[in-house]
Amino acid sequence: MLLRHTSTEMKERSALTVNPAKTCQPIGAMYAALGVHGCLPHSHGSQGCYAYHRSALTRHFKEPVVAATSAFTEGASVFGGQANLVQAIDNIFSVYNPDVIAVHTTCLSETIGDDVPQIFAKAKADGKVPDGKFLFHANTPSYVGSHVTGFASTTKAMVDYFAETNGHKTKTINLIPGYVEPSDMAEIRRIAETMGISTIMFPDTSKVLNGPLTGKYKMFPEGGVTVEELKQSGNSKGTIALGRTASLPAARALDAKCKVPCEILGLPLGLHGTDSFVDTLRRMAGVNVPDALNLERGQLVDSISDWHQYLYGKRVAIVGDPDQVLALTRFLVSLDMRPVHIVTGSPAGKKYVKSLQEAVAEVPEEVNIKVPGDMFLFHQWIKNDPVDLIIGNTYAKYIAKDEDIPLVRHGFPIYDRLGHSYFSTMGYRGALRLMEKLLDAILDRKDRDADDITMELVM
Amino acid sequence: MATGANKKPAEVRLDRQDPEKIKARLLAKYPPKVARKRAKQIVVNKVSADGEVPVISSNVRTVPGLMGQRGCCYAGCKGVVLGPTRDIINITHGPIGCGYYSWLTRRNQTDPDSSADGHNYIPYCFSTDMQDQEIIFGGEKKLKQAIQEAYDNFKPKAIAVFSTCPVGLIGDDVHAVCREMKAKLGINVFGFSCEGYKGVSQSAGHHIANNGIFKHVVGLDDTVKEGNYRINLLGEYNIGGDAFEIERLFERCGITLVSSYSGNASIDAFANSHTADLNLIMCHRSINYVAEMMETKFGVPWIKVNFIGAAATAKSLRKIAQYFDEQELTDIVEQVIAEEMPAVEAACADVRPRTEGKRAMLFVGGSRAHHYQELFAELGMKTLSAGYEFGHRDDYEGRKVLPDIKVDADSRNIEEMEITPDPERFKPRISEAKKAELEAKGLQFSAYDGMMTEMPDGTMVIDDLSQYETDQLIKMFKPDIFCAGIKEKYTVQKHGIPLKQLHSYDYGGPYAGFKGAINFYKEIDRMVSSRAWQYMRAPWQEHPELSATYAWE
Repeated sequence: MLLRHTSTEMKERSALTVNPAKTCQPIGAMYAALGVHGCLPHSHGSQGCYAYHRSALTRHFKEPVVAATSAFTEGASVFGGQANLVQAIDNIFSVYNPDVIAVHTTCLSETIGDDVPQIFAKAKADGKVPDGKFLFHANTPSYVGSHVTGFASTTKAMVDYFAETNGHKTKTINLIPGYVEPSDMAEIRRIAETMGISTIMFPDTSKVLNGPLTGKYKMFPEGGVTVEELKQSGNSKGTIALGRTASLPAARALDAKCKVPCEILGLPLGLHGTDSFVDTLRRMAGVNVPDALNLERGQLVDSISDWHQYLYGKRVAIVGDPDQVLALTRFLVSLDMRPVHIVTGSPAGKKYVKSLQEAVAEVPEEVNIKVPGDMFLFHQWIKNDPVDLIIGNTYAKYIAKDEDIPLVRHGFPIYDRLGHSYFSTMGYRGALRLMEKLLDAILDRKDRDADDITMELVM
Repeated sequence: MATGANKKPAEVRLDRQDPEKIKARLLAKYPPKVARKRAKQIVVNKVSADGEVPVISSNVRTVPGLMGQRGCCYAGCKGVVLGPTRDIINITHGPIGCGYYSWLTRRNQTDPDSSADGHNYIPYCFSTDMQDQEIIFGGEKKLKQAIQEAYDNFKPKAIAVFSTCPVGLIGDDVHAVCREMKAKLGINVFGFSCEGYKGVSQSAGHHIANNGIFKHVVGLDDTVKEGNYRINLLGEYNIGGDAFEIERLFERCGITLVSSYSGNASIDAFANSHTADLNLIMCHRSINYVAEMMETKFGVPWIKVNFIGAAATAKSLRKIAQYFDEQELTDIVEQVIAEEMPAVEAACADVRPRTEGKRAMLFVGGSRAHHYQELFAELGMKTLSAGYEFGHRDDYEGRKVLPDIKVDADSRNIEEMEITPDPERFKPRISEAKKAELEAKGLQFSAYDGMMTEMPDGTMVIDDLSQYETDQLIKMFKPDIFCAGIKEKYTVQKHGIPLKQLHSYDYGGPYAGFKGAINFYKEIDRMVSSRAWQYMRAPWQEHPELSATYAWE
């Protein structure tokens, strides 16, 4: 047994987190910043932070993840990190020459109270920021929220620093995709483009963290939203924010700053999630839904009806980030599956819990929900009440192996499989792919468990 | 054949380029102050007749913004040294990230069934997940409660607490909490003040881990484990099963492993490791402190070994035999080497036509960049350039420079423990006369000659390599293989050059010992011969000219 000390006996824990289902803000900040074109994320803390974040993101994407650090020592922790950050800014522009540096704070620099805008002012006054180059920052203390909060705050910082308005609205729609894969961002944009809608998406990590191998290393790949686009986002007709926890703060900030009205939706994952996205896009842009998208939707509905017998009634345990978990839960319920143990590691608020409860209202049995919880609790629930399928990140494979339950990998991080960077789970096509993964897991298990007499050729 | 590693190769010319010009190019883009600092960390190797090498600045602060490889003090303490021990509950006291990132990512294999109680907490991550209210009002209360809950849920025999950056800043007294809970629970509870900002790299954390283990665990159990030739293996972390392969060889030779630090290790073994008769040091950087302290307090001498490379493995086994100086052991060691080597030589001969003459660069760790040069030499490959991520001058130039190393502000805040001989238990394992006799025969005690003394003249030794320098080296030399870690892996591979991870082994291994050498030969053969690198250009990019139209068009 891998997790040999996990027992079925549930004891109240108020102070000890065991096997977390979240990590800290700065990694989300780093991921979001990589979705700005020509941007170098910068961790204002000790070296360990950026080393850990770069390592984790690299393991997940199998791609270069560049970022810099203020490299705090004990001295900097006592006297403040201004000198380190000013020096870092000078070195970064001299040596690596990005268009933008995105600074995020850490528990260290937040605890000592470093004032990043003041340090930026000092760097500019000292002539360390060349003309045409940009700085922006987000406060991302590790002891508040989770990696999703860091992503949300950095996305909001893009608005705070760059969005402008000239009073003339364009036909463009802003898309805030949420904490999703590069492939998902590309798919979300493709759906809008299929409808003939001009978009600005931020952040956008497609073609940054799923780049090609050409023999030429580009520290700043071609993908990412440009600062010019971020400026223009203030003139857009409207904003669609996907996922409340990751995208709401930026959408609200843009509304407040530039009067760009916003719609806050769930992730376009699954049939209804995508329906809601497409319908909102259609209304906001004033366009018709093209046949191409109706075809994709029809194919998904067709497959749901074709394969319903294998999905119906299957009991599932889901662990992941709030926006993903909510969308997954809704999708599974729409397939007549039964999400019965649901955990997010990130705190997400009462409203979120209510949305989850509404999503499972029609599941014909009691559903365990814990927001925020950890994977130790999640495992104990599974031990006490086994399920047919687990959906979670790579760490869930230890539970899946111990309990001999099929696992569908979804979310962050996925350290041990190919796919998430290239094949989206968003939109109708993404839903089809997700269903394929669910069915593969369920049917492979059915084949494995079938005896010589009941083995089926056709399913 | 696998014997080439013993001889020091002739001067390397670095592709006929002038090393000083290369150095100038590496520094060209840096602001002047940065260039001056980095110039002292980039050295063209030259070994004099009496074994002197140039001075290299190392274990100094990383320049902010340069993008290097280093991690933090916590990573060195919790991640590297204590992480591989299976039966201690390691609680990270701090926000969630530090514990999360060090959860299972270092591939320290362990065999829980080799301890009677079967405890294994390595697949778990324990954290106090500090929130803002603890940052404001202090985290001691939550830590106390977390230790209690760990005890209630798991009933471990030991709990260790690791402080992260904010803990030191807000002034939580982790050690007082540990003492209180130790008294309350009746199990060993101890803390490490390994806040990430301490020191200049992981190295500070290694030292703090060594101090803590020595203070709180070593010497708690005087039971003498039965067996002949009783040794400890220090600085071997069982990544990819390295320690298992070394243990296999010890077993074959009849050598008794009392404790390893800390791959496949148990806290029970640490507790009586002071009863061993010899300490073997693999990774000098991370663990020499425990060896030094154990020698001073208990009289256990140490020698440097290296089980990376077949020739190095044979040499290390012979060193152990030389120390114990008994014919029976010498014979069996020779027999084991003789039995193991044919398979190694066959594997080497098989791959060598494809690896011979290929060129490697190694920038990793505090010993691996040195040790792995042995394996490349066995493959007939040249090391053009190497350097450590967090090594000190003694790891580069040898321990003879220790008296010359200036203690700076960043090192001064890492405790140097005052150790004196234990009044009852200090027992020199060999007499001074015997020691002198063995030294006369070439066995060196408490000695490590460092990486540079074994590298050819003309090679470049670079400490704390930056991303920019990595890029420049690759563009200038186009090495056949580059060795570093996960953060560097894909930036290098985007250039079309394979990168072998020498922290995680790219999820392969073991590479230690004889079987490990064979694995490594095959792996390097695969990497330098991979077809993948041929596919980077499409046919139409190779021949962009338009073809003629077909006749029927």
